[in-house]
Amino acid sequence: MRNALGAVRSVLVLGGRSEIGLAIAERLVRDGARAVALAVRGGRAPEAAARLREAGAAEVHELEFDADAPASHAAVLARAAGLLGDLDVVVAAFGHLGDQAALEADPVAAAASAHTNLTGHVSAGLAAAARLREQGHGVLVVLSSMAGVRVRRANFVYGAAKAGLDGFAQGLDDALYGSGARVMIVRPGYVRTKMSAHVPAAPFAATPRQVADAVADGLRLGWRYVWVPSVLRSVAAVFRVLPRSVWRRLRR
Amino acid sequence: MREDAGAGRRVLLSGWGRTAPTAARLARPRDLAELAELVARAPERGVIARGLGRSYGDAAQCAGGLVLDCADLDPGFRVDAAAGTVTASAGTSLDTLLRELVPRGWFPPVVPGTRHVTVGGAIAADIHGKNHHADSSFGAHLRSYTVVTGTGEVRTLRPGDGAPFWAGVGGMGLTGVITEAVVALRPVETAWMRVDTDRTPDLDATLDLMARTDGDYHHTVAWVDLLAAGARTGRSVVTRGHHAVRDDLPVRARRDPLRFAPRVLGAAPGWAPPGLLNRWTVRAFNTAWYARAPQRRRDEITPASGFFHPLDAVRGWNRLYGPRGLVQYQFAVPFGAEPVLRRVVERLSAARAASFLAVLKRFGPGTPGPLSFPQPGWTLALDLPAELSGLPVLLDTFDRWVADAGGRVYLAKDSRMHPELPARMYPRLDEWRAVRAEVDPAGVFRSDLARRLDLVGGGGSR
Repeated sequence: MRNALGAVRSVLVLGGRSEIGLAIAERLVRDGARAVALAVRGGRAPEAAARLREAGAAEVHELEFDADAPASHAAVLARAAGLLGDLDVVVAAFGHLGDQAALEADPVAAAASAHTNLTGHVSAGLAAAARLREQGHGVLVVLSSMAGVRVRRANFVYGAAKAGLDGFAQGLDDALYGSGARVMIVRPGYVRTKMSAHVPAAPFAATPRQVADAVADGLRLGWRYVWVPSVLRSVAAVFRVLPRSVWRRLRR
Repeated sequence: MREDAGAGRRVLLSGWGRTAPTAARLARPRDLAELAELVARAPERGVIARGLGRSYGDAAQCAGGLVLDCADLDPGFRVDAAAGTVTASAGTSLDTLLRELVPRGWFPPVVPGTRHVTVGGAIAADIHGKNHHADSSFGAHLRSYTVVTGTGEVRTLRPGDGAPFWAGVGGMGLTGVITEAVVALRPVETAWMRVDTDRTPDLDATLDLMARTDGDYHHTVAWVDLLAAGARTGRSVVTRGHHAVRDDLPVRARRDPLRFAPRVLGAAPGWAPPGLLNRWTVRAFNTAWYARAPQRRRDEITPASGFFHPLDAVRGWNRLYGPRGLVQYQFAVPFGAEPVLRRVVERLSAARAASFLAVLKRFGPGTPGPLSFPQPGWTLALDLPAELSGLPVLLDTFDRWVADAGGRVYLAKDSRMHPELPARMYPRLDEWRAVRAEVDPAGVFRSDLARRLDLVGGGGSR
């Protein structure tokens, strides 16, 4: 159960090797979460599990999860619920950034990337929402991105998938209204991780830990959108109204 | 798909603090048979009774399960003047009881800070009032109560039944659905109180005044200004009183001394912005309250409703805390642990936490209920906006001090404690769990509170 101040007992991370997903889980453990399940491709994430145990988690489970296999997602959620009991927070953290130039040159790889970043989230998100609705409470934390607020030339394959995901998450939250469950949409800008190391940092870059702290604040205060850093909310407002001729020329 | 009419409709429920809402089916059984049937066919995620929703946290919620509102049960209201008792259904509010009983010359044995709680809730939380030091808690005045157990059996329990009776007193509804109770009453001559009021300059003076004079008064309470700092830390308005007798009243009131007519000034607006109650607005309120109180006043004759339930004059005052709600923190520490009390007050004052209406009270002997909150010592209750930054750490720190001092946090108020704490604060928790396992072997009675704090065992995960 989530308590009045946003602390929870159990956390499921879909994409348990994601540095951001892991940082969120670690923060929630430090705030009192006892049980975490890491759903990862291959079913093993010993380093991540060790880190969470060190942070104070009493139980850490690792289970197989393939974001690209939508048919398996309901079963993954059922297995996680079998291990954890109620799913207080589900973090949908999996994703693929890729190299824009390479993706543009390889349509098949680009489609695969979009499949992970959008289609995978659609099936996993719906499966998670069904569980949360049934248990009458819980938060699905969806890692969207500033890149999806207005899609940019510099990363439009990734950005388009995130824009789709963001829209999906908003609709899902509306669908869950009154069910006790809800969706929290996280929109970080550039986050310094291994996944993003090959991309030059954008202004207002954040660390996974800053994302985790913002998510914890959001859980406590019941936010629907979490911007990291929070100034991005204002930046996004500007982005949305920039004329196309200027927008097209943005380098990053 | 057609929904089972008896299983109720799905609603979002939260406690009085309006934090952490969850969804459940809400059913209103019309009679005992229907109620027993609903319990017997309880959904996998469990069932819990709910009264007027005045528990601050999640005690009367059952996410994904079934919540029972017993307001439609036959009120079964009977006063036995010879025995000095009242029989009432669990869904009867203390407001109704007062309106019915006071004109007949009776007063409920214990009334909490609001009239808007039910008899069932009063037993399940083993509520206390300003007279705890003299009269103990609600459970001490029960002649019997009737309960539907986890097997659908209807049982009437008396204090002589021992453990099964006391497991339900303070048992937060987790041993069964209480349907009716027989409660011993106090005879009164008037609906008025004779009250002495004193303003104290600091916490030491407050504690000293209460410790010295509690025995001389039937009802005592102190209101502490937690925003006062420095030498004024813990300054309070202490009110102490008795039920007034007929001769105490002004001549005009003597014609109808038992007239009970609580005033409602109005309702709080349906929506308030976040941050309305902040350290500045609350400080202004606290200062005005303190300044308005007399330095020393004796034998003031005042209506009982205003003395016991000043907040009931503003309906829905919890909405003033805005959409993020409030957290109430109430703890008790034994006599001798005054330093803990002092540290809590100092820390709150230093944090300039926007708390108004902090209530300080001395407890007398408790009841044998293993999960009953009151124990001899001091209790402090305070409201804080849930959005206050640093609140989780602040309250976790207090929990640790309280538990280390042999004290406890009130389950009916809790909405955020760590699950390791109840076993330390309520050392007879395992004894209570054993009784519960007997009366509810399948574990059908479950609440969000029970899940969150793992009260019923099994990891609290389901």
